Amino acid sequence: MSAITLKDLNQIPVRLASGHRLCAGCAESIIARQIMMGTTGEIVVTAATGCFEVSTTIFPYTSWHTPYIHTAFGNGAAGGAGVETAYKSLKRQGKIDKDIRFVTFAGDGATYDIGLQSLSGAMERGHEMLYVCFNNEAYMNTGIQRSSATSMGASTTTSWSGSKSYGNKNFPKDLTKIVAMHGVPFVAQSAPHAWRDMVSKAKKAFECGGPSFINTISPCPRGWRFPSNETISISKLAVETCVWPLYEVEYGTDFTMSPESLRIAEGKVEKKPVTDWIASQGRFKHLEEERWEPVVEEIQKGIDQRWEHLIKLCKL
Amino acid sequence: MTPAKHNDIAINGDGAVALAWKQINPDVCAAYPITPQTIIVEKFAEYVANGEVDSEYVCVESEHSALTLCTTSCSAGARTFTATASQGLAYMWEMLPITSSMRVPLIMAVANRAVSGPININNDHSDAMAARDTGWLSLFSENVQEAYDLSIIAPRIAEHHEVQLPCLVNLDGFILTHAIERMSPLEDDVVKRFVGEFKPLYPLLDVDNPVSHNLMDGPLYYFPHKYQTVLAMDKALEVAKQVLAEFKSISGREYKVVEEYRCDDAEIVAVVLGSAFGTMKEAVDRLRDEGVKAGVMMPRLFRPWPIADIAKALKGKKQVMVMDRHMVPGAYGAMYAEVAATLVEEGGDIPMMHNYIYGLGGADTMVSDFMAAYKDVIEGRAKRVNYLGVDE
Repeated sequence: MSAITLKDLNQIPVRLASGHRLCAGCAESIIARQIMMGTTGEIVVTAATGCFEVSTTIFPYTSWHTPYIHTAFGNGAAGGAGVETAYKSLKRQGKIDKDIRFVTFAGDGATYDIGLQSLSGAMERGHEMLYVCFNNEAYMNTGIQRSSATSMGASTTTSWSGSKSYGNKNFPKDLTKIVAMHGVPFVAQSAPHAWRDMVSKAKKAFECGGPSFINTISPCPRGWRFPSNETISISKLAVETCVWPLYEVEYGTDFTMSPESLRIAEGKVEKKPVTDWIASQGRFKHLEEERWEPVVEEIQKGIDQRWEHLIKLCKL
Repeated sequence: MTPAKHNDIAINGDGAVALAWKQINPDVCAAYPITPQTIIVEKFAEYVANGEVDSEYVCVESEHSALTLCTTSCSAGARTFTATASQGLAYMWEMLPITSSMRVPLIMAVANRAVSGPININNDHSDAMAARDTGWLSLFSENVQEAYDLSIIAPRIAEHHEVQLPCLVNLDGFILTHAIERMSPLEDDVVKRFVGEFKPLYPLLDVDNPVSHNLMDGPLYYFPHKYQTVLAMDKALEVAKQVLAEFKSISGREYKVVEEYRCDDAEIVAVVLGSAFGTMKEAVDRLRDEGVKAGVMMPRLFRPWPIADIAKALKGKKQVMVMDRHMVPGAYGAMYAEVAATLVEEGGDIPMMHNYIYGLGGADTMVSDFMAAYKDVIEGRAKRVNYLGVDE
């Protein structure tokens, strides 16, 4: 694959206009634009209900310069699959002649939780579509409620930290691997600060000839409690601490560590401690109290175990 | 009984619906198995497997995804159909008003079955009634022939550019879905010509003219946008009448938005939906033999509710009994309330009204049961709401 240059990316038509109503510092529009830079061709977009859907399509305005459809919350993948199925049928019958790519955007609530069945079905059936999860680790659109993507120890509005609680009790489920185990051609984890990595993964996804899934960390200033000018540095920190390693999986079997995480795995770059991650965001502020020290240790242990496991999968 | 024509076939209701859709040849079908609908999609999958249709067939993982996939497929510009029943329709419920407000003219056959609980696979109309206020057109069939005919008629009403609403084609579970009856299918090319090419409005796949489907509405827009479906429903009544007349010209079979049987001089008229219309016609005949001036009618078109036609048909009757194959605990049957409201339309003396809840969960309701109900009303034994066959 030829190197992706900013000059080339600049030539790609803008499908998502500025002037949408996402919060200042929200990573979602950054990610969406990077993903759509993965193809110069036609794209039809599907969105599940959530911040992204609400903020880009408040009637009578739309931010979309490309066809866009939304139906509900728990069915983003089925919605994308419907458009792709119509395309397959009409194309086969010679009723349309364009080449079109399909992408579905959904948050972690719509992906890890309520839309998991719909996602699994679409992946298993082989629809030629890319599904992108904006993982901001909670239900941000409804006001920062815990999801199954929420970090252990995070205080949310349904998993408060308090006199008897350190916040969210569980480690997030490993959805990227769950989707990879469907055996689909392409699955990846990405992060918006690593734009070249994101665009090249989107390119692979759009060209893989089957279902693909990209799970991206999507730092959320409101929900994570950090200043809105730190989105990109927080994204970088997620990778540096191995909270969110970058990698890709082909056909559920071939795991490849992406450059930034690979450098950590190979010992060329130091793996930062989770305390750096915790210190960067207000949602973890309470964990700095001495009494939650064992919790922080457990979080670090969990991250280490998952990281070591990933290194094995990548045969490093 | 009319003599059998040479091309008549013996087929069950599900098979008849599948046959209609084979002849229509939709671009997409996505469905999930559920008794007593399953034969429809099994049979259709067989047509797909043998290359008898051009359709993409998707085995979705749930009814929620079935209706989602069908909604976006139809929005994308593909003629799309699906089928379900009972829990399936209940599981789709979230999507029902979304599909109609998006003005997606997809067709869904419903093999009417009781909604749990307790779980029961047999016929009643609780599934269709739970969907009645969701902005879908809704047609009811009395027999297998009608299930077939309405499947061909439905797309013409739904896809009309001034209607653009999804449509339910109801057929009673087991009573019609699994019963083999004699039926006259139309020739393939006749169906093809009648249904015509699908001409979607603002299809998503027209990438040169990008549109955004299903945006978020604030209070300023939500109500006026919802009101558009009221106008579409109003238009659908007129369109349905035209399409039914046109269907008569190709099939020789005459359907009306409200079917009446011996109502003209009747003093007591029952209003019923679905296969029980046939049973009640027999009851009416026997009562007539006894000198009772009974009649029965069926709103073939349940949505839009043909207010004027029903009001006119019931004007001046002494007694009206509304038969609901669906129960509303703590209130009247769903159709009873609608008929009662309709009677206000014409003004003047309102008939004495009675409500019968009957046949829930496949409870067998015979000609003699309906005859007894008529007599109970005439002889003053009936309550306002009666539960036919239940030891109250």
